[in-house]
Amino acid sequence: MSLLAIDNLSLHFGGVRAVEDVSFRVEPQEVFTLIGPNGAGKTSIFNLISRIYDAHAGRIAFEGRDITAIAPHEVAQRGIARTFQNVELFEHATVLENLLLGRHVRFRTRLPFELLFTPSVRAEERAHREKVEEVIDFLELQHYRDSRTGNLPYGVRKVVELGRALASGPKLLLLDEPSSGLNTEETEEMSFWIEDITQELGITVLMIEHDMALVREVSDRVLALNYGRIIAAGDVESVQAHPEVVRAYLGE
Amino acid sequence: MHVVRKTSYEQDMQLFAHRGVAFWYGVLVLAALLAPLALNTYYLSLLTFVCVYAVAGVGLMLLTGYAGQVSLGHAAFLAAGAYTEAILQAHGIPFVLSLPAAAAVAAALGLAVGIPALRLTGIYLAVATLAFAFIVEEILTRWESVTRGNFGIAVEPLAIGPLSFDAEWKFYYLAFGVLAATLLAARNLLRTKTGRALVALRDSAIAAQSFGVHLAWYKTVAFGLSAGLTGLAGALYAHKIAFISPEQFTVMVSVELLVIVVVGGLGSLHGAVFGAAFIVVLPQAIVLAKSAFGISGGGQAAVDSGVFGLLLLLFMLYEAQGLYGRWIKVRYYLELFPFYRRATFRRQKTYARTERLQ
Repeated sequence: MSLLAIDNLSLHFGGVRAVEDVSFRVEPQEVFTLIGPNGAGKTSIFNLISRIYDAHAGRIAFEGRDITAIAPHEVAQRGIARTFQNVELFEHATVLENLLLGRHVRFRTRLPFELLFTPSVRAEERAHREKVEEVIDFLELQHYRDSRTGNLPYGVRKVVELGRALASGPKLLLLDEPSSGLNTEETEEMSFWIEDITQELGITVLMIEHDMALVREVSDRVLALNYGRIIAAGDVESVQAHPEVVRAYLGE
Repeated sequence: MHVVRKTSYEQDMQLFAHRGVAFWYGVLVLAALLAPLALNTYYLSLLTFVCVYAVAGVGLMLLTGYAGQVSLGHAAFLAAGAYTEAILQAHGIPFVLSLPAAAAVAAALGLAVGIPALRLTGIYLAVATLAFAFIVEEILTRWESVTRGNFGIAVEPLAIGPLSFDAEWKFYYLAFGVLAATLLAARNLLRTKTGRALVALRDSAIAAQSFGVHLAWYKTVAFGLSAGLTGLAGALYAHKIAFISPEQFTVMVSVELLVIVVVGGLGSLHGAVFGAAFIVVLPQAIVLAKSAFGISGGGQAAVDSGVFGLLLLLFMLYEAQGLYGRWIKVRYYLELFPFYRRATFRRQKTYARTERLQ
């Protein structure tokens, strides 16, 4: 069974067809990449999966269950985590607090007990802290643990955002342009992490990416979009060589 | 400068970063407990007011400073607490029940405001809460059978069983105790799931939602808790003043509460206490200054408002972190002397944001 199944998905903003009749399947433990020029509808698809937008038509199923109409905060409970194109960290909180928030849906503490900070709350905080430390070790963020994310360099913030998504213990990770704003070395590191995430942690990755070197490096399959429609799908080489894709990027 | 070498995760969960900090808080509590010995009734009374305002300040701090929701209507919750306490006391309900009831009524009102406020943010929310405060003020004036309208209600001195809080120092201890409990509860909240969710809501609602934070629920919780604490302060306020009427809960009071959190320092519990001290001491300072310069006559209220407004403006422009931020800087300056650099605290630019929720 496919992990994520998208069928005939459409999203319209007035007359603008941001996503038009898009269907694809993401299989467990693969890296699936969406490419396409600006405004092709890639991030709109992410926002549809995150339930930030309501689909105009179509169906999104995760692990065989329909998530097209669930509440936005339930998406994380199902095991889908994401990063954002321009980094959406909690800037006045530390790296540690950001990562702990990543585990929000896994906490079982209740408000009255939190107000008293009972031993059970303390024990749970401790247990989640251990999980968060695993992510900190994995992404080598030890040095920044207590820094406010708003003060960190952009490259580090991208990694913290990835860490927050990993901390939630997802089955599917949505990465919106993981390499944007990163220098060559940071992009290289990011590609290693994406490989580790799929191979070591067994997490499936659905990614939007413009850097074709990174796409070639990590992707198992690629889907190209233009004006909200699928123009090509398959392995990296065939999609890159597809005449429609060439035309979309370079013009006639 | 004290560097803590951490050896366990528990250390990050403690109330105090290390023993030195705990020691100084101990000294502070001791000083507060010994204050009635050293201060005359007038100064002790000011200190009581600081405690009462600080409780309300913590309430508004949770909502505005942590959850990022502006309220210009907190006078209404203060009033709800004060009137509930006064009316229940007049019906012979003991204080141990009426105090929680006052907080509960205010919290219920907070939830009632919070739910429609879910769709509003920023300036729209401020205006909606302002409108709500006007409505409450009007109800207090018109619902004469219950509130006695503009005649107001005289509030009897407080008594718990045989223990009467007739002397200033006794009431001061009560107010201090409530403040201490409030601060502890708020601190506990902020180091757990709910506290992080509130901060997440403020810094990036869209990311918070994507990580499973139920925005509506946490906004409602923030409103309820905030209003409840402000109601608690209102109940104490009623006893402190011993007389309540609608004109004590005007928009000016809402603004004062906002001044507490902004001047104190948004996003810090210290700030709520500093701000409360500021708002209590400032009018007294103005009186002293006026007599020192030989200015007589009225207009105190006008001068107060003018100075409040001016200081609020100056803080917004030059010290966005409020008194607490200033205190941190002074402390760093002393600890690092002579190596302190202004650039240490230069505000960082924030980057462009991604798609927002409408």
